[in-house]
Amino acid sequence: MALRKEHEIHKRRSGLNKGVGILLAAFVVLIMALTMVKVTSASFKFPDAQGKQN
Amino acid sequence: MSDASINASRAYEDEASFGDYFALLKPRVMSLVVFTALVGLLAAPVSVHPVVGFCAILFIAIGGGASGALNMWWDADIDKVMKRTKSRPIPAGKVEAGEALAFGLALSGLSVIMLALAANVFAGAFLAFTIFFYVVVYTMWLKRATPQNIVIGGAAGAFPPVIGWIAATGTMSVEPWLMFLLTFMWTPPHFWALALFMRSDYDDAGVPMLTVTHGRRSTRIHILAYTVLLAVLAVDTAFSGIGGPLYLAVALVLNALFLHGAWKITRRDEDDSEADNFKVERSFFKLSLLYLFLHFGAILAEALLKPYGLGGW
Repeated sequence: MALRKEHEIHKRRSGLNKGVGILLAAFVVLIMALTMVKVTSASFKFPDAQGKQN
Repeated sequence: MSDASINASRAYEDEASFGDYFALLKPRVMSLVVFTALVGLLAAPVSVHPVVGFCAILFIAIGGGASGALNMWWDADIDKVMKRTKSRPIPAGKVEAGEALAFGLALSGLSVIMLALAANVFAGAFLAFTIFFYVVVYTMWLKRATPQNIVIGGAAGAFPPVIGWIAATGTMSVEPWLMFLLTFMWTPPHFWALALFMRSDYDDAGVPMLTVTHGRRSTRIHILAYTVLLAVLAVDTAFSGIGGPLYLAVALVLNALFLHGAWKITRRDEDDSEADNFKVERSFFKLSLLYLFLHFGAILAEALLKPYGLGGW
């Protein structure tokens, strides 16, 4: 049976779902920040382009 | 109200919340892991980008938490017997043991891979080894097999500053191992003091703590012996690359207090302890928490003062 739009389970698990949502959003932001730091560091080198090898 | 609805409402009450999953990570242990790993990272003689440093500490903490969840999965049977642990999510019926296993394995994989990517592969590999050591060597093997369980198993709790150092430098040297030894030698007196006043817990669970297998007199002597060795090590660390005058002052005061506490524990018999509800043992246990925090705090202070020409010798 399909869940109603506002099923009781949504309310019951609201705290857990919000917590997981916030953590996932924070993880995305963190990975983005880490990527920015890595690609802008002096030691970063782009891998050789595919076309250059051919 | 029907039986079915009563059962359903009970099941809902037992449903895990966000906090229950967080509790699987053993937040108190995680705070120690975060602090000691941070000290290891900042005491290293290289500068780390704040974002990389934050990620390294976060993933070390998640790895520590993951091993806590795996520990709770394996030890669910004894956790429900012990007063200290029976309110943990699995014995309390909030989280299924299988869920804790999946949660722990997923977070272990995530933390190891992410640490390797954020810092370096060596740090990631060392974190993987630490999780293996805590879960397999300590939890599955030693904990129920030998009274030396916490001596050897304590190594797992002592690895975080080494991982923090490796995350910063990518290499190994003597200094992080001094921090390792500090926690490693501190663990036995810390836990044996706890075992002295939580006696029935370990008895009931059948965990071969020293108090159960060798007796309480022997445990008291062991506490003193380890405290003496710890004091020598802690004071000697003052003259290494991570030490300095501030650390030396802190170490001298704290080790004098710790030795005094251990001596008092050794001199007491069971009647004295029962009479005052283990007052000396409890205060020694509290002091042990402060002891480790202030030693690592002093190492951190020395490292932070170095750029201003004040830290170290």
